[in-house]
This record gives sequence, structure tokens and C-alpha cells, in this order.
Amino acid sequence: MATKRGEAKVRPGAPADADLTAALPWYRLMLVARRFEEEAERAFRRGKIGGYLHLYSGQEAVAAGFLAVLRPDDIFFTAYRDHAHAIFRGTPAEAVMAELFGRQTGAVKGKGGSMHIFDVGRGFYGGYGIVGGHIPLATGAAYALRYQGTDRICLCFLGDGAMNSGSFHEPVNMAGLWGRDGMCPIVYIVENNRYAMGTAVDRSTAVTDLASKFGIHGIAHERVDGQDFLEVQRAARRITAQVRETGRPYAVEAVTYRFAAHGAADLFQPYRTKEEVEAWKARDPILLLEQALRAAGLLDDERVEELRREAEEVVAAAVRYAEESPEPPPEELTRDVYAP
Amino acid sequence: MAAVTTYREALRATLMEEMDRNPAVVLLGEDIGVYQGTFRITADFLSRYGPRRVIDTPISELGFIGAAIGMAMLGLRPVVEVMTWNFSLLAADQILNNAAKLRYFSGGQVEVPLVIRGPNGAGVQLSAQHSQSLEALYAHFPGLLVAVPATPADVRGLLLTALRGRDPVIFLENAALYGVKGEVPEGDAALPFGQAEVMRYGRDVTVVAYSRMVHLALAAAEQLAREGVEAEVINLRTLRPLDGETVIRSVRRTHRAVVVQEQWKPFGAAAEIAAIISEEAFDLLDAPVERVTGADVPMPYARNLELLALPHEQDIVTAARRTLYRQ
Repeated sequence: MATKRGEAKVRPGAPADADLTAALPWYRLMLVARRFEEEAERAFRRGKIGGYLHLYSGQEAVAAGFLAVLRPDDIFFTAYRDHAHAIFRGTPAEAVMAELFGRQTGAVKGKGGSMHIFDVGRGFYGGYGIVGGHIPLATGAAYALRYQGTDRICLCFLGDGAMNSGSFHEPVNMAGLWGRDGMCPIVYIVENNRYAMGTAVDRSTAVTDLASKFGIHGIAHERVDGQDFLEVQRAARRITAQVRETGRPYAVEAVTYRFAAHGAADLFQPYRTKEEVEAWKARDPILLLEQALRAAGLLDDERVEELRREAEEVVAAAVRYAEESPEPPPEELTRDVYAP
Repeated sequence: MAAVTTYREALRATLMEEMDRNPAVVLLGEDIGVYQGTFRITADFLSRYGPRRVIDTPISELGFIGAAIGMAMLGLRPVVEVMTWNFSLLAADQILNNAAKLRYFSGGQVEVPLVIRGPNGAGVQLSAQHSQSLEALYAHFPGLLVAVPATPADVRGLLLTALRGRDPVIFLENAALYGVKGEVPEGDAALPFGQAEVMRYGRDVTVVAYSRMVHLALAAAEQLAREGVEAEVINLRTLRPLDGETVIRSVRRTHRAVVVQEQWKPFGAAAEIAAIISEEAFDLLDAPVERVTGADVPMPYARNLELLALPHEQDIVTAARRTLYRQ
């Protein structure tokens, strides 16, 4: 097992390599995703968004790093912290925000809300609310891709909390089995943000080396610094190529941190200290990428300001769109229960 | 043209026919391949279709039913065998929270053309954990279809519809019926869901049943006929959708109804059917709707107690007589 932890490589004066140049649009997308979450939380406080609202702030480099290298015809699944995944894949922020607002123009017509964003046209197969419940689906989907004779692959994002459920171990064992025949081209990406709601990893599992848990199911695995977009992206490029080639599953534990509360409704966080949160903010994935891009001469104050303003505008437009969109018509209530 | 075949052979032949016709059909389940299937429904399938289409799974109901849902989302047509429906409870979250709801919460972007099949209900002396009838549980959930075939013709017709449909189907077989013979029409004999069959016509009392209970109802009707009571026997074929219309049409003539189920009485299928009759034919009833059900206890092991816990032909006869105010 290759365990890798690295700091962001800030190399003053270093020449811009291809990775860095390609990272610029992802810096912009990460700004949009962050701004999106901030505005969603504000709308939640204003009572514009109901139900649960789980924000991805702090974890952006994980999904961005992998989705940056995913082929357009590949697919992916995730849990309920899913807004950023959609935005990174190109789902208009308007459609995601309208979904949170429960509008007809939402990503799933106002029928799923925050936890069930789907964009199947872009390979995003959801958005699931039961912890771990999507892992079997993604595993079967990966089998189907191979069965159909394609070289498409499937990504399955999951949280550290999901790894203590049967929904994790059962399908991952099957992926290990199917992988022996090259029939399971899936990458499991553990977004280890250290807390399953309020329960720290070391309070919920005796084995805190989460990547190693894939080993007992015969799946190769490694750990990456989930705050470092460039490191995640490099690993993702290598891993996805290998999985596409072999049809064998692979697992990555991305060590990351959630800046926001578990859900927007959580006013208190007795399970962690403010100091801990602040310490992690020094390793804000957007900040780290920004530093790397500045060091490479690809960003300066002016450009950063411009991109931030642009992100604000994109999200402000999404909020306006959501507010102005109609509610789903009453006929929508009984649609999509069965095939028409 | 019709050929006589068994319930098991109808299952096998229909699965094979669809697998030959449609390469998207794959089978998953415990011991369906090398072992040839606990009830030999899939005997020889592995050698015929290979391990990519006949997938022996670990004992991981949650895992393989969930994986089958994922396969269905990507356009395959998985058919999962549960060794018995009792074990499906291990996958309840996958069936109820994913298969049943995916079309809805994805705003119609995803569909789950999945069939889960296997024996439901009591066997012989299998006791509490292996004898349950779970149809009411699954029929409760919008998004699922629930088929309850009673005859080989039902098996073929309903399975063809299930395998060509676009929604998840809970296909409840009955192990006691696997050897039952019956005529099966050849050719495209797909039976639409939500169409009950009147198996026997009668003017005095309507007996509504499904799955194995249809056979008890038919035997009871024979006995009643000898007493001069003409019972009409309705085989529901599917519980979701439920063909209330055929039931109401019959009750309109008989003014009496007995509903039969193997499962426990509270909150069961019979309660739903009785409610539909009272909602739509209240004024036509000459007697309260009778329910014949299993005893409200976990299934005991001892044969004498087990027999007491299951509904019998005689219970239906007695219930029918009660609706006619006869002793």
C-alpha cells in the first residue's frame, strides 16, 4: 500500500506545468462551489430551503480532483453532501439551487431536494440520503459498464461514517470478487472528513487506517491529502487510468475536513473545538490551490478578485433563478412513481 | 395451443426464453449457479449462460440486491433470486429506499427494471424465521409492483411482463407450488399486471385469494358446491396494482365476500381488500366481509402447531357459510 501525505507544493518562481494550467478552471469551480454553499446556508436561515442541508465546504479538492480527470461518459455516485459534485460536473448552479428551493426547474424537479441531486445526462447517478446505501448501487453499476463491453468507469464517493455499515462491506467484498475477472471498474473515494456527524473516526472504528479496510476485500488502496487539489488530481489520473485498463476496483482515502457543521441546522458542535476548525482552515483547499497558482504566476490579486466576483455573480444568478422559478405543479405529485 | 407444465418448469422456461432473447438479462443469487439453485429453478443455467450472466453471490442480500439495482439503473435487466423472501429483509433498505423510490427522487431520470423472485410463505416445519409471508410489507410501498402467481400460466404470464417492464417487481413464488401442474399457453402469453382472473364462477359468495391460497379456495369451492353453495373464486395475480374492479364486480352479484391470505391478520392484504369492498360496495353487502388468515403468532416448529397456524380449506368453507348465515 502506498500511503502518501503531502503538503501543497508551493514553489515560488516555479514554471507553470500542464497540471497547474489545467487547474485554473478548477480553482474557479471550487470558488463557485464554496460560494454556492455559503449562499445555500444563508437561504436555509431565511427559510427558503427546507429539510436537511449538508455543505461540502472544506472538502472541495476531493471531488474536484477526481471529477477533473473523469471522462464525459464515465459515471459517479455520492451520498447526500452532493451539491459541489454536480457543479463540478457541469450541472448548472441554477438547477442545483432551484432543487434546494423545491422548484419545478430543480435538478430533479423539486422531488428530491438537497440530498438527491441527479444529472444522469452528465453521468451523475445521485445523491443518496441513507449512509452507505449507494455503495451497492455504484458497485453493480460498475459491473454493468463492463458487462456492456465498454471501458467506462464508475466513481463512488462515500464518507468515513459509511465504512462501518454492512452497506460498505457487502458490496466492497463483491467488488473484490468481480475485480478478479476484470468486471468491476470502480474507484471508491472515501471522503474522510473525520466525523460521522458528531462521532470522530477513532470513536467509531478500532482501525482508523480507513484505506486499509479495503485490503481485507482484496482491493488496492492508498491515502491522499484531500486538501491538495493537485495531489488528488495526480492520484486520480493514475488510478482512473489503471481501473479503466484492468477493470479492477481501487480505493482512495482522501483525508479532508468539513468546515461547516454536519447539517446546516446544527447550531452546536460539541464534538470538536473552534481551534481545531480554525487550524484546518489554514489548509483550506481553495487557499492551497490559490497559493500554488500564484507561485506559478498563474494568479495575482487582481485575477483572484475577478474570479471571486465572478463566482458571486454565478451564485447570485442561481439564487435569483431559484426564487423566480415556479413551484412544481400539483400534477407532479403522482408522476414518476411508475413508468408512464 | 397450450402445454401442461409445472410451476417450476414455467419459471425456468420463461427465464430461459427471456435470457435467450435479451442479453441484458442477468441472474444473481446465492447458490444459483454451481449448486444449481436451492429449488433447482436455475439448474443448468450456469453452463448455458456462463458466470457473467449467472452470478453466484456471497451471502450478502443487501450487497447483491443493491448491486442489482445499480445494474438495472445502467440498463441491465437483473433477476435476483432470494433463497426465500425471509432473507430479503436483510436488503430492506435497498428495496424500499432505493429500488422503490429511485425513479421518483431522481425526478424520472433513472429507472429500475429489476425482478426479485423466490419463495414466499410457509414451507413445512421451517419455524419462525423461514415461514413468513411478506406481501403486505412490499405492497405497502409505492414504486414497487407485487406479483403473486398461483398457477404455471400465472408464472409465465406475469414473469414475462415483469421482465419486459420498467419498474421493480417483487415476484412472490410459493415453494409448495413448484410441483403444481397446469396449462400454459404458448407464444407471447404476457399477462398485464392488475388483472385478476375469475377461476370459478358462482353466484352465492366471492372468495378472493392469491398465490397458494387460490388452490385452497378452489378446493373449498368444490366442497361448498356439494352443499349447494356456488362460490366465485378470484385469483388476484398481483397485489400492486390491485384489481379491485374485478372483486367489486363479483361482489355486486354475490353480495358476500371472503378474503384469504396466509400472512398474519393485522394490516394484511385481506384488510386492504375488505376496505376496498366496504368503500365501493358497502350498500351491496349482505354480510360483513370475512377474513381467513394465518394465526397471529410467529410460526411454530411442531407440525400440529404449524397446521393450526396456517389457513385451511375448511376455514374458507366455514367463513363462506358465515357470510350466508349458515352453520
